[in-house]
Amino acid sequence: MTLLGTASDIKLINDDGLRLDGRGFDELRPIKIEVNVLNRADGSAYIEWGGNKILVGVYGPREAYPKHSQNINKAFVRARYSMAAFSVDERKRPGPDRRSIEISKVVSEALESAIIVEQFPRAEIDVFIEVLQADAGTRIAGLTASSVAVAAAGIPMRDLVVGCTAGKADGQVLLDLSKEEDNFGQADIPFAILPKTGEVVLMQMDGDLTVEEMSKAHSMLDKALKHIYNLQREALSKSFTDVVAQWGE
Amino acid sequence: MKRMKEIVLPGDEVRVDKLKPRQGVRKVGGTYISTYLGVLQKSDEYIDVIPFTSPYIPRKGDRVIGKVIDVGPSMWILDINSPYTTLLHMNDSPWRVNSGDLKKFLYPGEWVYAKIMSVNGIKESWITLKDVGLRKLDGGAIITMPYTKVPRIIGKKGNMINMIKDTLHTRIIVGQNGLIWLDGSPENVEIAIDTLELIQKLAHGEGLTDYIKEYLEKRRGDIVGNSK
Repeated sequence: MTLLGTASDIKLINDDGLRLDGRGFDELRPIKIEVNVLNRADGSAYIEWGGNKILVGVYGPREAYPKHSQNINKAFVRARYSMAAFSVDERKRPGPDRRSIEISKVVSEALESAIIVEQFPRAEIDVFIEVLQADAGTRIAGLTASSVAVAAAGIPMRDLVVGCTAGKADGQVLLDLSKEEDNFGQADIPFAILPKTGEVVLMQMDGDLTVEEMSKAHSMLDKALKHIYNLQREALSKSFTDVVAQWGE
Repeated sequence: MKRMKEIVLPGDEVRVDKLKPRQGVRKVGGTYISTYLGVLQKSDEYIDVIPFTSPYIPRKGDRVIGKVIDVGPSMWILDINSPYTTLLHMNDSPWRVNSGDLKKFLYPGEWVYAKIMSVNGIKESWITLKDVGLRKLDGGAIITMPYTKVPRIIGKKGNMINMIKDTLHTRIIVGQNGLIWLDGSPENVEIAIDTLELIQKLAHGEGLTDYIKEYLEKRRGDIVGNSK
C-alpha cells in the first residue's frame, strides 16, 4: 500500500507536459451520470468518473430512528459511504473504518447544506453511497452523484452540489487527480460547491500548497465544476424527457 | 409530437413576472428559485413548480388512504405513504369503540379512506372517519402513485377519473396522498391500473385526456362482456 507523498521514481508528468493517462493539467477524466437506476429507492444515481464506479441510493425522508436522534426543527441527512470489498486492488475489509466514517460525515454535511431540511422535522434522509470501483476522487464523485439522486427523489433543495478535486503532483498543479497522482503526488484537495451561489460546502486538503498554487487550483476547479454541473443537469432532465419521448406515437 | 412543459431543476431561477409564486418556489435575495426537479406550471394567478415525484406531507383537510400498521389502547397508527405516520383516535371513528378492543374494528393491514383533521408544527397528524364518504376499505386493490400526479389523475372537475370509472364500471377512490383504491371485475381493474400508470407516465405532456380516452376504448373492446 502506498501513501500520499511517498517518495517514488514514477514520473507523473512526461516531457511533453502530459499526465500518465495522456491528459493535460486542467483536463477532467470522462464522466457519465445516470439517474433512477434503482427501482426500490426513492431516488438513485450511478456515476462513472474515470475509473470510479459509484452507485447511490436515496431513501426518505422518513421518520428518524432511533427516536432520540430526531430533531424537531429539521431532518438530518445520514450519508453512508462504503467501499465494496472488490473496489480496490487489495481486498478491502468490508464495513465502516476510520476513512469511510470521515467521508460519510463530510458528505452528509455537504448535502445537508443543500437540502431544505427545515421542511421535514423529525425525519431522516438516508443516502447510501456504494463504491463499486475506486480510482481516486471517490468522495467527490459520490457526493456529485448523491446530489443528483436526492434531486431525483423529489427532496426540496436550494441547489445541486457539485464537486471536483485538484492537487499537486511532480510540482505541478493538476485538476482531477488520478490514482497514481493521488498516491505519489504532494497534495489533494476535494472541493464542492453550490454552483448557483458559489458557496463552498466541502473542502479538505491533504498535503501542502502555496497560496499561489491554491488560487491556480481554484481557477481550474471553477471551470471544471461548471462542466460537471452541466452533466448533472443533463442527466436529470434526460431521465424525465425520455418518458415523454414516446408521447407522439 | 406534443409540446412539453418547461423542466426546472433545484436552484434554477423562476421568472415570476406578475404571478404569485406558490408551491416549490422560494425567494432567495431578490430572485425566486425552484426547489424541486419538476415542471413549471403557470395559471392565471399563480406560478408553481410541480415536482416529478415528492414525499407526501400531511395537510389539513386532505382526504387520504391509509393502512393500519399498529393498534394502541385508544388509537390506530396508520401509514399514509408519507415520511410521517398518522393517528386515528377511537372517538373519531364511526363505531362505538371501547378502549382496548380497537382490533375488533380495524386490524393491522386494513385500509381506510379518511380525512386529515389536524396537523401540528412537527408534522404529527390526526385523521377522522367521521365525514361523508369516509370509510374502511374492504376488498379491492391498492396502488401507489406519486401524490404530485393526483390532480392530473383526477382531471379538471374529475373528468379524467370519471371517464375511467364509467368506461370500466370500476369503483375508484383516489387519496390525495397518492394511494388509489380500485374495486371491480379483475379484468377491468387491470385495465384501470394500466391506464393510471399511463397517466402518471405522461402527466407532464399536454392533451392527455383525449389520448387516454382513445386508449381506454381500445383496451376495453378486448374484453368480452364489456361491449354492449
